Amino acid sequence: MSDGLTATAAASRGGPGDRRRLAMSRARAWRERGIRGVLFACGAVSILTTVGIVTVLIWESIGFFAEVSPWEFLTGTTWTPQFIPRHFGVLPLVAGSALVAVGASLVALPVGLASAIYLAEYAPDRARKILKPVLEVLAGIPTVVYGYFALTFITPIIREIVPRTGVFNAASASIVVGIMIIPMVASLSEDALYAVPRHLREASYGLGATKFETVTRVVVPAALSGIVASFILAISRAIGETMAVTLAAGATPKMTLNPFESIQTMTAYIVQVSLGDTPFGTIEYRTIFAVGLLLFSITLAMNILSRVVLRRYREVYE
Amino acid sequence: MSGAVDLRSGAVEFDVRLGRRKLKGEIFLWVCFAATAVAVVLLAILLVDIMRQGLGRLSVDFLSNFPSRFPERAGIKSALFGTIWVVAFTGLFSFPLGVGTAIYLEEYAPKNWLTNVIQTNIANLAGVPSIVYGVLGLAVFVRAMSLGRSVVAGAATLALLILPIVIISSQEAIKAVPPSIREAGLGVGATKWQTLQGLVLPIAFPGILTGMILALSRAIGETAPLIMIGALTFIAFTPNTPLDEFTVLPIQIFNWAARPQAGFHELAAAGIIVLLVALLSMNALAIILRNRMRKQV
Repeated sequence: MSDGLTATAAASRGGPGDRRRLAMSRARAWRERGIRGVLFACGAVSILTTVGIVTVLIWESIGFFAEVSPWEFLTGTTWTPQFIPRHFGVLPLVAGSALVAVGASLVALPVGLASAIYLAEYAPDRARKILKPVLEVLAGIPTVVYGYFALTFITPIIREIVPRTGVFNAASASIVVGIMIIPMVASLSEDALYAVPRHLREASYGLGATKFETVTRVVVPAALSGIVASFILAISRAIGETMAVTLAAGATPKMTLNPFESIQTMTAYIVQVSLGDTPFGTIEYRTIFAVGLLLFSITLAMNILSRVVLRRYREVYE
Repeated sequence: MSGAVDLRSGAVEFDVRLGRRKLKGEIFLWVCFAATAVAVVLLAILLVDIMRQGLGRLSVDFLSNFPSRFPERAGIKSALFGTIWVVAFTGLFSFPLGVGTAIYLEEYAPKNWLTNVIQTNIANLAGVPSIVYGVLGLAVFVRAMSLGRSVVAGAATLALLILPIVIISSQEAIKAVPPSIREAGLGVGATKWQTLQGLVLPIAFPGILTGMILALSRAIGETAPLIMIGALTFIAFTPNTPLDEFTVLPIQIFNWAARPQAGFHELAAAGIIVLLVALLSMNALAIILRNRMRKQV
C-alpha cells in the first residue's frame, strides 16, 4: 500500500529519477504478487496430496470392483486373493485390525488416562520434568523397533504363560501397539485435564470434597470430551499401525476372537503384497488399493469423529 | 453411615468417614503413579533388551559391510547410506513446501473458506496412516511419474508424509514472532515480503528448524511407506544418484527381525541401536535449539 502511494506521487512529479523509482516500485509490486503466488502454490500441495490419495485409491479400486462386487468384498468372510479358489471377502482383515485395536485399547486407554491424571493433577514439577520427555521418547521410537520388541521379548513371555500360543499372535501385537499409543493418550488427555479451569476444582474443595473426589467427579467429567477425543485418535492410530503388527501378528487372515492365534490386519496385508513380486495391473495388485481405500475411510472417519466430539461436547467456561 | 446431597437430578452419596475417603484417594494416587511408571519401566526394558542383544554385534565392520547371507559378515553400509540420501532429499522437498505453506497461512491467507479447507485438510493429513502415503507414492511417483524404486520416489513420499508436521510447527514458530516486529518493518516502508524476509523469518528460524529436525527424525524411522514403493532389502551397493535404488535402516532391521535365526535378530538389534542413536541425537539437537531460542526471546 505504501508502494502505491510512492508510485502515484512519483508519477505526478515525473522527473527522470522519479520515473526510475516508479519502475522499481512496479517491479517490487510484481515481485510481491509473485511471492504470494508461490507461497499459495506451496499451500496447494497439501490439498493436492489429499486429492491424490483419494483419486489413486478410488481409481484403482474401480478396476478392482469391476471384477469383485463391493457386496462380496465388504461381507465375505474368506480372504484368499493369492490362491485358487480366490475369495475377496475383506472381513477377516477388518476383524484382525479390530482385534488388535481392541487389545491395544485395553492396554493404552487405562494406562494413558491414569498417567494423564497423574501428570496433570498429582505430579510434582520434578517428576513432570522427567516423565514428559520419557513419553516423548516412547512416542518417537520407530514402529519397526516396537515390532522387534514384540517378537523377541513380549511373544516369548506370552508363550511362557499360554504355551499353545503361536510365534505370531494377536496378543503380542496388541500389547506392543498399546504401548506405542500410550504417549498419545497420555499427552492429549493431559492437555484436556489441564484446560479445566482452576475455579471448578476450588469450588469442589469448597464443598468439602477430597482431592480424589474432585479429580474423579469434577475434573475428569469436565475434560471428558478431550479425553474421549484422545481415545478415538489413539484407536485410529492403532488401526493404521503397520510394521509392529506385520512383524508380530502374522499373515493369516482369519475371523477369530482368540488373541493367541496368528491373524492378519489390513495394513499387514498391504505390506505382504508389496513385499512379494505382484505384477502391476493384476487383481492382486489392485487389492492393495481396495484395502487401502477401506483403511483410509475408517481412519479418516475416526479422526473426524474425534474432532466432532471435541467441538460439540466441549464444556465451555466463561 | 452415609450422607446424601441432592444436586440437580441425581443424588450424590458420600461417605462421612473422612479417613476412608482420604485412603481411597491415596490408593488412586498410587494407581495413577504406577501407570505412569509403567511407561518409564517399558522404555527401560526396551532399551536394555535391545542393548543386550545388539551391542555384541556393533563394530566397525557392521557399519562398513554390505548385507550378507551370513550373520557374521552382514553390515548396514547400504542401509546407512540409503537413509542419509533419502533423509537429505526428504528435507530438500519438505522444507520449502512446508515453510512456504506456513508463511502463506500465517501471513497472507485471507480468512475465508479456502483457507479453512487448507487448514482442516492439513490436520486430516496428519492422521492418515503412513502406509496410505506409501500407496500414493507407489501409484504417483513410482508408476505414473516413472521414477521407479528410486531415492527421489522414496524421498518425495516421505516429504508428503511429514509435510503436515513441518507446516504445523513452522506455523507455531511464525505465530510466536510478536506483531510489533512486523509493524516496525512495514512502518519504515519495507514491503510485506521484505518485512518477512528480513525481520520475521530470521526470528522464527530456530523454531522452524526445530520442527524440521523433529519431522526428519520421524522420516528416518518410517518403514511401511518405503516398503510400499519397493525399496529393496538386499542391496549390495550405495546409491550414487537420486535415481538409484536404495534401502534404508528400518527396512534392513525389518528384514533381519523377520528371519527366524537368532543371529539375524542380533543384527536387527544392532541396527536398532544405530537408528536410535541417530534419532536421539537429532532430538537432542532440537532440544538444544529450542532452549537457546527461549533464552533469546
